[in-house]
Amino acid sequence: MELHPKVKNILLLDSEGKRIAAKYYTDDWPTNTAKEAFEKTVFSKTKKTNARTEVEVTALENNIIVYKFVQDLHFYVTGGEEENELILASVLQGLFDAVNLLLRGNVDKREALDNLDLIFLCFDEIIDGGIVLETDANVIAEKAGINSFDPNAPLSEQTISQALATAREHLTRSLMK
Amino acid sequence: MAQPYVKKDDDHDDELEYSPFMGIEKGAVLQEARVFNDAQVDPRRCSQVITKLLYLLNQGESFTKKEATEVFFSVTKLFQSKDTGLRRMVYLIIKELSPSSDEVIIVTSSLMKDMNSKIDMYRANAIRVLCRIIDGTLLTQIERYLKQAIVDKNPVVSSAALVSGLHLLKTNPEIVKRWSNEVQEGVQSRSALVQFHALALLHQIRQNDRLAVSKLVGSLTRGAVRSPLAQCLLIRYTSQVIRDMSNHGQSGERPFYEFLESCLRHKAEMVILEAARAITELDGVTSRELTPAITVLQLFLSSPRPVLRFAAVRTLNKVAMTHPMAVTNCNIDMESLISDQNRSIATLAITTLLKTGNESSVERLMKQITNFMSDIADEFKIVVVEAIRSLCVKFPLKYRSLMTFLSNILREEGGFEYKRAIVDSIVTIIRDIPDAKESGLLHLCEFIEDCEFTYLSTQILHFLGTEGPNTSDPSKYIRYIYNRVHLENATVRAAAVSTLAKFGFMVESLKPRITILLKRCIYDSDDEVRDRATLFLSVLGGDGTVDNDKDSKVFLFGSLEVPLVNMETSLKNYDPSEEAFDINSVPREVKSQPLAEKKAQGKKPTGLGAPPAAPASGFDGYERLLSSIPEFAAFGKLFKSSSPVELTEAETEYAVNVVKHIFDNHVVFQYNCTNTIPEQLLERVNVIVDASEAEEFSESTSKALNSLPYDSPGQAFVAFEKPAGVPAVGKFSNTLTFVVKEVDPSTGEAEDDGVEDEYQLEDLEVVAADYMVKVGVSNFRNAWESMNEEDEHVDEYGLGQRASLGESIKAVIDLLGMQPCEGTETVPSNARSHTCLLSGVYIGNVKVLVRAQFGMDSSQQIAMKLAVRAEDVSVAEAIHEIVANG
Repeated sequence: MELHPKVKNILLLDSEGKRIAAKYYTDDWPTNTAKEAFEKTVFSKTKKTNARTEVEVTALENNIIVYKFVQDLHFYVTGGEEENELILASVLQGLFDAVNLLLRGNVDKREALDNLDLIFLCFDEIIDGGIVLETDANVIAEKAGINSFDPNAPLSEQTISQALATAREHLTRSLMK
Repeated sequence: MAQPYVKKDDDHDDELEYSPFMGIEKGAVLQEARVFNDAQVDPRRCSQVITKLLYLLNQGESFTKKEATEVFFSVTKLFQSKDTGLRRMVYLIIKELSPSSDEVIIVTSSLMKDMNSKIDMYRANAIRVLCRIIDGTLLTQIERYLKQAIVDKNPVVSSAALVSGLHLLKTNPEIVKRWSNEVQEGVQSRSALVQFHALALLHQIRQNDRLAVSKLVGSLTRGAVRSPLAQCLLIRYTSQVIRDMSNHGQSGERPFYEFLESCLRHKAEMVILEAARAITELDGVTSRELTPAITVLQLFLSSPRPVLRFAAVRTLNKVAMTHPMAVTNCNIDMESLISDQNRSIATLAITTLLKTGNESSVERLMKQITNFMSDIADEFKIVVVEAIRSLCVKFPLKYRSLMTFLSNILREEGGFEYKRAIVDSIVTIIRDIPDAKESGLLHLCEFIEDCEFTYLSTQILHFLGTEGPNTSDPSKYIRYIYNRVHLENATVRAAAVSTLAKFGFMVESLKPRITILLKRCIYDSDDEVRDRATLFLSVLGGDGTVDNDKDSKVFLFGSLEVPLVNMETSLKNYDPSEEAFDINSVPREVKSQPLAEKKAQGKKPTGLGAPPAAPASGFDGYERLLSSIPEFAAFGKLFKSSSPVELTEAETEYAVNVVKHIFDNHVVFQYNCTNTIPEQLLERVNVIVDASEAEEFSESTSKALNSLPYDSPGQAFVAFEKPAGVPAVGKFSNTLTFVVKEVDPSTGEAEDDGVEDEYQLEDLEVVAADYMVKVGVSNFRNAWESMNEEDEHVDEYGLGQRASLGESIKAVIDLLGMQPCEGTETVPSNARSHTCLLSGVYIGNVKVLVRAQFGMDSSQQIAMKLAVRAEDVSVAEAIHEIVANG
């Protein structure tokens, strides 16, 4: 029996419930039709709620779903009904803040679509096959954005701390030899 | 309410929404993917194309095998580029394309190179990609690097390796298990996430070694865990260890409780919640153990964060099912949650309050709920309605306000499931609380005046027909029922006609008027309605002799006494002929799964001796089998056949089970024998039965089995005579006797000479339950009331100390061999009292009903009050005797 926390899916939907990005980690929704149906139910059940300041939560079909909205973007993280909702919430918060960092505060649908590669990388850095990989937004954003080829990326504090970290890393490496 | 979304480009308002992927097409993108093959790789361009491919896949577009292969091959070319951003995208798309094993070869070397790269990001991601796509053989090749990666200086790399290990454990456990030492080192890591992943993997590797898990938990609970996530894991493992220990009979002070309790003071809320939940879910948790957990959850209830409130109220709701008293302290905080913005929280709060509330708070609570009901979804409303139903059963005196509430919401808008839940609740209340009957029936009448669901209308009409005539003023329902005949579809009209007839039959004063109403229905446009009206008119128009009365009563009110499945089979088997279908020929036995029948199957032709009778199962099969044997044909009608009882241990040389067939003055034991030794042929197989401990039985005939070849089951029979109609009991010891002949396995020929041998079988008992046939009744209350109340026998029994109510109820059911009705054999967990309804037919075709009330006191002592009604007083006494002796 696997006891570690498991995430069933991460969804990013727009203000009409259309999928911008989604990643499923279980076979609970085997086909794209099933996935779309699930997304539709989740969206219609949550769209009227105010999830803009705090992470909100609901139960649906034996699943716990935590969600947060900003502008025309809707973020969802789903887990099983036995899951600790605070763990799911920390995953969601990590995702939300990382996207915010990566999009430099301009979090809306247009910006998300323009930087969809970053969103995909972000998903990839948070969950690996349902297992929580990282929940610290700074680390996620760093990993997803560190080698961003975007030449317009400003030299933020992040990249400096990154540079320092790399330098330290190189130093220890040469010392170990 | 939601904040208005501020659109950035107001001038785009009327135009199509902007998207970089507008009008994207798979074919075109696949064309674009050719840039991957360019001699000079343009990283920026390639990344964009990969993003487009990922977008397509993410939107549910699927690539054909050929397309996926082509894309995969060209993607592999991109490993030439030194651009790190592009490499990151390459990793991502390879995972998404999930290449087949023969394609994987192509990227293995590139990925293995990256696994040993100086760049951390390459190492971490190459591990994740490679572990996702490779198979066992390749895995052994890279195992060395993975072990190294687990102890890598960079936490991201070691996390990547550990998480990959968790995935690989499912497919290649034997390889991953070899990494224990490295993983162990990871548990000591200073990085929070590495520790979390290492702990998860280490536990997963050792999960089947209870001792190792217990040691792991023991050492870590002393405070070596850093991250909240790892601490949550540790709490889960601890609960598992506690469960295992109590399963293995270790009693005394609950181990590790102190650790769980200390986690309630952890600084991370997720750990506090995890610990509180673990405590509430402990087996047989005491209120003292619960208190600290409830206290922290109560604090969560007033948190500004919805997730915390939800988590707390969800946990408390579960606790309220088993320990309502422990939750009452939170009632004030809970009440303020009824108006919570988040409807999931509000519903959970209400249902919790309904479980914990006391009699005096019911009315106040109902008022609050009424305001709340209008703006929640049906699924929440159903939960509330169900909670109210159980509340009404708990506080019968409060039925008035609860019934008013239910009838009010019944009038409002709602879907089928919701309405059905309300109707079911009202029906339950009417059944359980006699005072509520009249008002409840009127509410239902009003509801069918404007009900859009045919199913509900017919159900209610049927219910009115059974309950309505017994009320003080039956005539007031007639108007509602007759209105249906005018205004509804044919199904409802037919149901209304039947209901009218029931009123006419039961209430003499209404008969003439109902006859007039029914006469009008003869001209209905629907066949069924006309047929029913005509039929009932002739029933009502009878001359009123007693005999006729009884028949009509059975006809109108009698429930189908045979299980529907059996009825269906019998009707299917019925050939239209001169002989009318006889409902008495339908078996009444509720079919249970034949357990040992698998062994008795397999038909192999036997060359020697008489062919064994075809293995038969089920009541029909047994009846046919026995009547085909001349010795038993004269015994009359078979009353009951037991399910097979094993007389040998599994996996022995000879497998024997026995079926007990009960006749009026005979008992036949059918021994199903299987020879499991290929080198042996058994002949003249007989069972010698010693009935010295069964005084009332005397052996009459036996029928030996001539030959029992390997793996081809056969039956031997022994018949006993017993006093007619008497439920005689006794114990029988059995010995299997036979002649063994060696068989040459290559030719299958048996030797001529055999050796006599015998084989001891286990004892067999005929018990009182063997004389009882499980026959369910569809409406227990009606059946119960139709039996003579004066013949009721009531007695009380102490059943002593038992583990649970459910266990003692099962024991009583097994002892009596009766059919539990209306699902009353299941007991809500932790209930202190329960009523179980049983029905059956006792030998001599005597119908028996039992109402058994169980109660448990604080020291787990169980008392039972047993009320028996039977068509024959002596049988009711006999039932008590069975219980008294059991």
